[in-house]
Amino acid sequence: MKFAIQVNEGPFTHQASDTAYQFTKAALENGHEIFRVFFYHDGVNNGTYFGVPPIDDRNVQQQWSELAEKHDLDLVVCVAAAQRRGIMDEDESKRHGKGTSNIAPGFRISGLGQLIEAGIQADRLLVFGD
Amino acid sequence: MSDTKTFVYMNRKAPYGTVYALESLEVVLIGAAFEQNVKLVFMDDGVYQLTKNQDTDGIGMKNFSKTYSALGDYDVNQIYVCEQSLKDRGLTLDDLQELTYEDEDDDWAEKSSIHLVSRDQIAEIVGSADVLLNF
Amino acid sequence: MSTLHTVNKSPFERNSLDSCLSVAAEGATVLLIEDAVGGALQNTAVASTVSDAMGKGVKFAVLGEDLRARGLSAERVIDGISVVDYAGFVQLACDHDNVQNWL
Repeated sequence: MKFAIQVNEGPFTHQASDTAYQFTKAALENGHEIFRVFFYHDGVNNGTYFGVPPIDDRNVQQQWSELAEKHDLDLVVCVAAAQRRGIMDEDESKRHGKGTSNIAPGFRISGLGQLIEAGIQADRLLVFGD
Repeated sequence: MSDTKTFVYMNRKAPYGTVYALESLEVVLIGAAFEQNVKLVFMDDGVYQLTKNQDTDGIGMKNFSKTYSALGDYDVNQIYVCEQSLKDRGLTLDDLQELTYEDEDDDWAEKSSIHLVSRDQIAEIVGSADVLLNF
Repeated sequence: MSTLHTVNKSPFERNSLDSCLSVAAEGATVLLIEDAVGGALQNTAVASTVSDAMGKGVKFAVLGEDLRARGLSAERVIDGISVVDYAGFVQLACDHDNVQNWL
């Protein structure tokens, strides 16, 4: 089965991203396909590379990045939500004269159309949020 | 993409206190370009999104309520408002802004996009969905 | 046509479970996750609400990982509610036609 996953909350304040990660991992381990993980609202904060949680806590961003590398996942951060919250790749950063980018490995920035497309292409869409 | 799916947007949160209502509306507007079958449900505190006379000057936030009246132009005209949720909040249909569309199958007659529905009808709408978007 | 509903809010704080149950049809499954797992236990203020819904043909499941994380034993779960793991969650999503996440 082909799943699309939407994550509406950032790491640490809500469990949403953790639950989405565990679901995604379990789906992959059981032979399912993840068409895309779309990060929206504060969920875009999962894609910042600048988070440094304490060593005895999980690193939510790193978990996603590693899962993406292992399974060639498509992790998409909504551009409009990301701009509001200061998540930028190099192109966006240059365009807005910010001097540095902070998007984490394995994540890419794109538009809301990617969420709609995921809904169309996937067999099931699950939303994790507050 | 030739296949058409039924997208149901479940709106259950009030505007302004959190960003969900605004950013949901942005998805609806972008999604309209994909020519899918789109239904919007407003229940629980989501009914507050549609009140008329919203004035955000005092809170320093953008008033996005007028955008709802543009939905008809995007062929988003299946808007379902939970009657019980309105009643629970002491509101009636008169407290909501009028949302209309022009029906191309009826000589472009102007019609209301809003339908008051029961929880049973919402259950049917949920059952009819291929994709349920929650914010 | 059947729907998997997920609820992640405590029924003692928010109305998500009530809203969910007002819409969940016969044949649907309600999966309690995150802070909603307390709603799956016996002898709570919402236990009769859950039992009534089960009587109407709505099935219930609860995520075991979230129960254990909160120090709640699976033995205290209402009879008839199945305790699933994340793989079980995935399977429930496969077994239903669509998923409604009550956020």
